[in-house]
Amino acid sequence: MAKPVQEINAGSMADIAFLLLIFFLVTTTMDVDTGISRRLPPPLTGDEKPPDINERNIFTVMINNRDRLLIDNKPGDIRTLRQQTKEFLNNPQNLEDKPEMVLKDIPLLGKVRVPKNAVISLKNDRGTSYKMYIAVQNELTAAITELRNELALEKFGRRFTELTNEDQIKAIQDAIPIPISEAEPVDIGGQ
Amino acid sequence: MSRFKKGKKTEMKAINTASLPDIIFMLLFFFMVTTVMREVTLIVKIKPPEATEVQRLEKKSLVSYIYIGVPVKSALFGTKPRIQLNDQFAKVEDIPSFIAAERQARDENDRKFLTTSLKVDEGIRMGIVTDVKQELRKSGAFRINYSTRKVEKLNFAKF
Repeated sequence: MAKPVQEINAGSMADIAFLLLIFFLVTTTMDVDTGISRRLPPPLTGDEKPPDINERNIFTVMINNRDRLLIDNKPGDIRTLRQQTKEFLNNPQNLEDKPEMVLKDIPLLGKVRVPKNAVISLKNDRGTSYKMYIAVQNELTAAITELRNELALEKFGRRFTELTNEDQIKAIQDAIPIPISEAEPVDIGGQ
Repeated sequence: MSRFKKGKKTEMKAINTASLPDIIFMLLFFFMVTTVMREVTLIVKIKPPEATEVQRLEKKSLVSYIYIGVPVKSALFGTKPRIQLNDQFAKVEDIPSFIAAERQARDENDRKFLTTSLKVDEGIRMGIVTDVKQELRKSGAFRINYSTRKVEKLNFAKF
C-alpha cells in the first residue's frame, strides 16, 4: 500500500508573497517619464558664416535674466507668445513683415500654404530661470501643435495628436516642421 | 422543555485562507509589470517644471539621465546647483566620458537612438543647463528631452 502523500503546509506562502510584494513596492517607481523633446544642433566649427536670412523670416524670442521676454524686438508677454507664434508661422493676412508664404506640394496633402523659410530664434541668458525657459519652449511647441492640429483636421478630419497612420503623421510634420533654432547663449546679467 | 438549545456554543469557523497567496501574487505581478526599477538614488532635489505639450519617453533602455539641482544634504554640500550622474556628483567636464560610457553599454544599432533626459529642477538658472547642453553637443548626443510634469494648463500668474 502506497504511503499517502503528506500535504505541504502552505500557510506561510502568503507571507513570502507579501515580502516579495513589499520589496517591489520599495525598489521600483511608477512614474512615466514625460518631457519636451528637442534636437541639439551640431557644434560650431568656428568658420561658419551667419546664414543669410531675411529679417521678415526670423521670429526672435529673447529671455533675460529677470525672465522678461523680448519678442521680435518688442517687450512681450508669455500669455500672448502662443498667439504671436501662430500668427508668425501662418501669416494669415500675408503681411510684409511676416514670412513669405508659398504653396508646397506634399504627398497625401496636396498643395499646402507654408512659410518659405521661417525660423524661430530662441535666445536666453545664463541667468534665466529654467522654469521660464521651459514655459517658453512649451508655448512655442503648443503653437506648432495647434497649427498641426488645424491642418490635420482639415485634411484628415482628425487632430494631429490623434493620428495613427505613420504616413499621415509624416506628411503633417513635413508641412509644419519645428523650426526652433537656439542661439548661442549669452551671459549679460550674470547668475 | 428544551425549547432553546443549551450548551454547545457554535464555534467560529476559521476562514479559508488558501487563496490568500494567490491574491498577493496577483498584486505582486501587477506591480512587477507596471513599475520600473529605480535607476539611481537622487542626491539632488528635483522638482521638474510644468508643461502641457509633453511627449512620453519611449524605450526607457535607450535613455540616459542627467540630474541637475540643489544637493539634498545642503548643509554638507552647499546650495549651489550640482550635476548628478549615476549616483554621484559630477562636473560639466565629466559629461563626455559619461556619454561615451552610456554609448558603450548599448547595442551598436541602438546607439544613434540614445536620448539624454535632462531632469532639472525648475528653480535653477539656465547657466549650468547651458554648459551641459554645450558638452552634449560636443559629444554628439543631440537627442535630448527636457523632463517635465504634465499639467492641463500652465498657470502664468506664477511667472
